[in-house]
Amino acid sequence: MANGETKIAVRNIYKVFGPDPRAVMDQVRAGVSKTELLEKTGHVIGIRDVSLDIKAGETFVVMGLSGSGKSTLIRHFNRLIEPTAGQILVDGSDVLELSAGALRDFRRHKVSMVFQRFALLPHKTVLENVIYGLAIGGTGKAQARDKGMEQIELVGLAGFENQYPKQLSGGMQQRVGLARALATESEILLMDEAFSALDPLIRNDMQDQLKDLQARLHKTIVFITHDLDEALRLGDHIAILKDGELRQVGTGPEILLDPADDYVDRFVRDVNRARVVTVGSIAQPVSSIAAGEASVETLRPLLEESAAVVLMEEGRPRFVITREMAADGRLGGLLDNTVTLPGVVCVDELAMLEESFPSLTGSNDAIVVTKADSIPVGVVARKTILNAMIRHRA
Amino acid sequence: MSDPFPELIDTRSLRIAIDDGFNWIVAHYGEPLEIAFLPILRMLIATEDFLQWLPWYVVLIALSALTYLASRSWKTAAGTAVMLFVIGVIGIWEPAMATVALMLISTLLAVVIGIPIGVTMSRSNTMQSVALPVLDIMQTMPIFVYLIPFVMLFGPGKIPALLATIVFAIPPVIRLTNLGIRHVDAEVTEAVTAFGATPRQRLFTAQIPLAMPTIMAGINQTTMMALSMVVIASMIGAGGLGYQVLQGIQRLEVSRGLFAGLGIVFLAIIFDRIAQSYGRRMQQHLNIES
Repeated sequence: MANGETKIAVRNIYKVFGPDPRAVMDQVRAGVSKTELLEKTGHVIGIRDVSLDIKAGETFVVMGLSGSGKSTLIRHFNRLIEPTAGQILVDGSDVLELSAGALRDFRRHKVSMVFQRFALLPHKTVLENVIYGLAIGGTGKAQARDKGMEQIELVGLAGFENQYPKQLSGGMQQRVGLARALATESEILLMDEAFSALDPLIRNDMQDQLKDLQARLHKTIVFITHDLDEALRLGDHIAILKDGELRQVGTGPEILLDPADDYVDRFVRDVNRARVVTVGSIAQPVSSIAAGEASVETLRPLLEESAAVVLMEEGRPRFVITREMAADGRLGGLLDNTVTLPGVVCVDELAMLEESFPSLTGSNDAIVVTKADSIPVGVVARKTILNAMIRHRA
Repeated sequence: MSDPFPELIDTRSLRIAIDDGFNWIVAHYGEPLEIAFLPILRMLIATEDFLQWLPWYVVLIALSALTYLASRSWKTAAGTAVMLFVIGVIGIWEPAMATVALMLISTLLAVVIGIPIGVTMSRSNTMQSVALPVLDIMQTMPIFVYLIPFVMLFGPGKIPALLATIVFAIPPVIRLTNLGIRHVDAEVTEAVTAFGATPRQRLFTAQIPLAMPTIMAGINQTTMMALSMVVIASMIGAGGLGYQVLQGIQRLEVSRGLFAGLGIVFLAIIFDRIAQSYGRRMQQHLNIES
């Protein structure tokens, strides 16, 4: 999915609100506190020195509580808000240098947006709303209609195209919002708390639908939310913002397992790790060898470089020998009498910790983590799993 | 006796300067201005003639139909028909049509001029802070005060009556256009901008349609104010129902004044109902659940 190319690069963005933001930039760069700046000069810091790399095809979640500056930040990407200082590069070119006309083209073709309270035009039908971006961009009526109907079907609203937004439920309205954003076929999708106004169940549906769509469309999505569960569910990478400053950027498990500071730690404290952390993310490296070639000589060096060795039979994991089992020269004995070795329990690397619990009960020692059903990629001890579940203290 | 207010400046010479200045404008620009406003005068007279030429039942049916279209209520439409019938019965049909013509043309011009001004005001806080006090003055200055310059420029007649009516009636449509556009959901304006709308596209596809119920309320108020101006405008030659009231005063005929007054009230009710019920239906249509 993520092909590794940087799509959006945010470089040292600052946003200061007030009568003369540029005049106070020196103080802001020097690190004056938010309250001090407000008292002395009447300026408010919205964003302070944020840099991000967002890769093509990934879902990047910016998370923070209200007032953290996340909505301000996302509005910089399509220049609904102009930064006080900094650079925003999309595909390597600086968005801030676009002329008014070029900016309009950029907004019409390159980036589209979904809003928290839907922001649909109440006097236009669902179809007219969906093709809004195309219509103002000058796409022909028939062509726009075809594209619009395609998107309406994609989000599951076929049959509602001639209704007005207020005749639809909240979830359906946001689908219209999503279809409108998809209709311009832009590569970048900005979603500003797109699901926050919806009921929890509808929100889950919408998250699933977004994941499905993303699996097919591979857009670069920047998703803003204040909901950590949502962030962990959707985000390939998550950035945590507080008071306009970036606190941590990483994958969901990285943030959960290794919070950068106290704030992030408090934020992630109540998350049920078992539902978020994948087995693969905490696995230790493993080596594998055909059972027939296993001997003290072949296994010893392998055990030195990895935590365990999986003995394969007919291309499937058969036994696992961990470093602990082989300690104190017991390796020879184990190999002499393989019947005493416990059978292997395998878990897919993408399984959540929670899904590994049943397997834990069936194994005394380590679980083999596999991909593609049978290729061993790691090993997890019961202790490791329990440790991962316990909240880290900074 | 207490001290009189000290004479800090010589107001006599100031007043002479103002009067002379204005007289100079009248002398130099009176005629070109009169010529410039000739098309409007023709439009007003044509409308008046047309309404008076139409058989009474055609006007009655047309206005009742319009009421029904706006309100979708038979009762309201029947009310319009009855009131127009009464206007005919008490013998003031012709002056009533002249008043309707003056009201329609002045409202039309007020809307055509007022909406762009309101839009400009909504786009700039500076414009708004300049325009609001001017509108306040326009609405509080006694109407007779601006009759004077208009009469001086054009002489008594329909043109000064029309212009004075417009000046008096235009503030609500300007104010409410400004207010309506400023109150359009910021997220919606942001959304259309985010999809690459030009300022003009933003105005016509989002701001004006969404502000329409408020703008309609402004148009309604403007219509009512134009109607309330007819008696005063008749003093400088507007004719119509206002002139009947004026004659009633001059001749001390209570009946004449009462009938004409009744006619003005009926016209006010009819046009108010049409505008209001239309505005209400539009509001329902635009109301978004959030």
